[in-house]
Amino acid sequence: MTDEATAKLTASDGSKGSEGRSPGRLAWKRFKRDKTGVISAYVVIFFFVIAIAAPLIAKLYGKDPYTTYASANPNLLNVFSYPAGPNGGMSSDFWFGIEPQLGRDVFTFLLYAIRTSLGIALAATLLTVFLGVVIGVTAGYLGGKTDYLVGRVIDILLSFPSTLFFIAFMPVIYGLFIAPDEDIPTWLRATGLIIVLATFGWASIARLLRGQVLGLREREFVEAAKVTGASPRRIVFKELLPNLWTPIIIQGTLMLPAFVTAEAGLAFLGVGMIDPTPDWGVMIQRGAMFYTEDITFMLFPGLSMVIFVLAFNLLGDSVRDALDPKSKR
Amino acid sequence: MSNAQPLLDVSGLTKHFPIKGGFPIKRTVGAVQAVDGLDFQVAEGEALGLVGESGCGKSTTGRLITRLLEPTGGKISYRGQDITHAGRRDLAPIRSEIQMIFQDPYASLNPRQTVGKIISGPMEINDINPAGGREARVRELLEIVGLNPEHYNRFPHEFSGGQRQRIGVARALALEPKLIVADEPVSALDVSIQAQVVNLLQKVQRELGIAFVFIAHDLAIVRHFSQRVAVMYLGKIVEIADREDLYDNPRHPYTRALLSAVPEATVDQEPRERIRLTGDVPSPINPPSGCRFRTRCWKATEKCATEAPPLVQVEGNKPGHLTACHYPETADAVPAPRLSKDPEAAA
Repeated sequence: MTDEATAKLTASDGSKGSEGRSPGRLAWKRFKRDKTGVISAYVVIFFFVIAIAAPLIAKLYGKDPYTTYASANPNLLNVFSYPAGPNGGMSSDFWFGIEPQLGRDVFTFLLYAIRTSLGIALAATLLTVFLGVVIGVTAGYLGGKTDYLVGRVIDILLSFPSTLFFIAFMPVIYGLFIAPDEDIPTWLRATGLIIVLATFGWASIARLLRGQVLGLREREFVEAAKVTGASPRRIVFKELLPNLWTPIIIQGTLMLPAFVTAEAGLAFLGVGMIDPTPDWGVMIQRGAMFYTEDITFMLFPGLSMVIFVLAFNLLGDSVRDALDPKSKR
Repeated sequence: MSNAQPLLDVSGLTKHFPIKGGFPIKRTVGAVQAVDGLDFQVAEGEALGLVGESGCGKSTTGRLITRLLEPTGGKISYRGQDITHAGRRDLAPIRSEIQMIFQDPYASLNPRQTVGKIISGPMEINDINPAGGREARVRELLEIVGLNPEHYNRFPHEFSGGQRQRIGVARALALEPKLIVADEPVSALDVSIQAQVVNLLQKVQRELGIAFVFIAHDLAIVRHFSQRVAVMYLGKIVEIADREDLYDNPRHPYTRALLSAVPEATVDQEPRERIRLTGDVPSPINPPSGCRFRTRCWKATEKCATEAPPLVQVEGNKPGHLTACHYPETADAVPAPRLSKDPEAAA
């Protein structure tokens, strides 16, 4: 069939929908067909909704995560300070049971823990992606000495044993803001975590984007823009960035669950958030102290985190398959 | 050729790509002499064909004229204005007059932009507001290049190669240029589509009076399209002439060899004498001394190795027919020997 004929043909069948299907819309269509992805998306959305609505749910439920209910009602705990009722004290009053020793409400504590952990992980992901995009695109587009310098910094950062450095650097960050004898406020702990996670996280995304930009920079559509006199700014924002959203989104969705676990790990080790701030890591840390006597208390934060991280990772895979169908294994 | 000031005047144009090497400190260890001293002019509304083998510097020449590459030496002037080393801001007023059509229609359109955005982009950048709005102008351009104006909101992936190339042509036309550099605009297309796109370009050239620098390696297409043809070999122009003159009366041995390689469509005709060139094109990193073609030429002598032949009007040429050869071919020359001579001996 000739070119002319195809042109006419597509024109006639496109009469009702002259609006083109954008790559984004095609990806959305592919995503909707992926059942794993859709279910994972619902799970992830559910977690975000309860995190955002935590204060509202707590209000309707009538409890908060800080009150030690056992001091008002000593019958809740037995003589060994473990929940008196079966299954960790689960009842119609305390849906997920009662915390051993202090007697706090597990349900609200978990809600607020999810809220804290997701908030920190989300902020860290956004900051990381922003840093990675700016540094990676700059290095790739400018090339030459800038690229070389950035490349070496990335090499060094990627060769760091990051967990070890999180532990070593957290006190340094606190020390920058606060005298050693003062108490560390919660906001500083959160900010410190976000900064440290982002500092060690941007390198991988920057390296990936640098490579992508190197490939795109030589493409003829960029040359075409240059021939028409486009400024470097326009080339980066209008020609390059729209083609980079795919790797950026994929990296972001895989990074967030990694940050959730990293943040929990740091809290567990005692360098992140600490009790009494509700946090997934804090809960698991406390659960680990009592699990031989009261496994229920450890079960809720543990299971919820596994479900969330698994769902988010599956979602990330589905997003990648939808946006980049060629990379499917 | 008119005697008036040419639209584009290129003289001594040179582009050397440095080769970096060494450790730990990188330094320049050599240069690829992609383009080495080109002289040619393009008159207003004229189509100049640029032919040659792969790697002879055709595309580099196109990118130098559109200033995507920075020339190492020489001079490019557009309407008498020197644009050899002009920066982006200095070029701004001329940008809209020199446009480019690219080889690969799959790489030359941004996959994330609609056709409307791709074609109106140049107008946006140069702040051109045609009467009736940009969208109307884009629809008009789509019609000119033979596409449906309804395709305004479609994305490149919804089009075939030929249609994409038409979009590329529409984008080049958006700024109403005076000169279009077409870098092998049809070599990536199916043969059946090639003719359509070439005819479209020809229509554009004639009706809108746009000058073309048409880069190609297909001699038949160049013959069809160009009024004047320049033959390049290893970064130099070896022969430049009006179309009929060049095809009927090639004076440079290389041009002759090229022309004799064009496949014949007629079956009954006596098989024509073919000139087979042996050996490879020498490396542009270290080109042969004197005449660059001498290593593969059956006429090469001592003189060819020591003295580079200038591009001049050799005896028996019509005005405007320039050849760079010490021993130009003659029209009634006996068919070239089939290179019985060892090419190594000439080197």
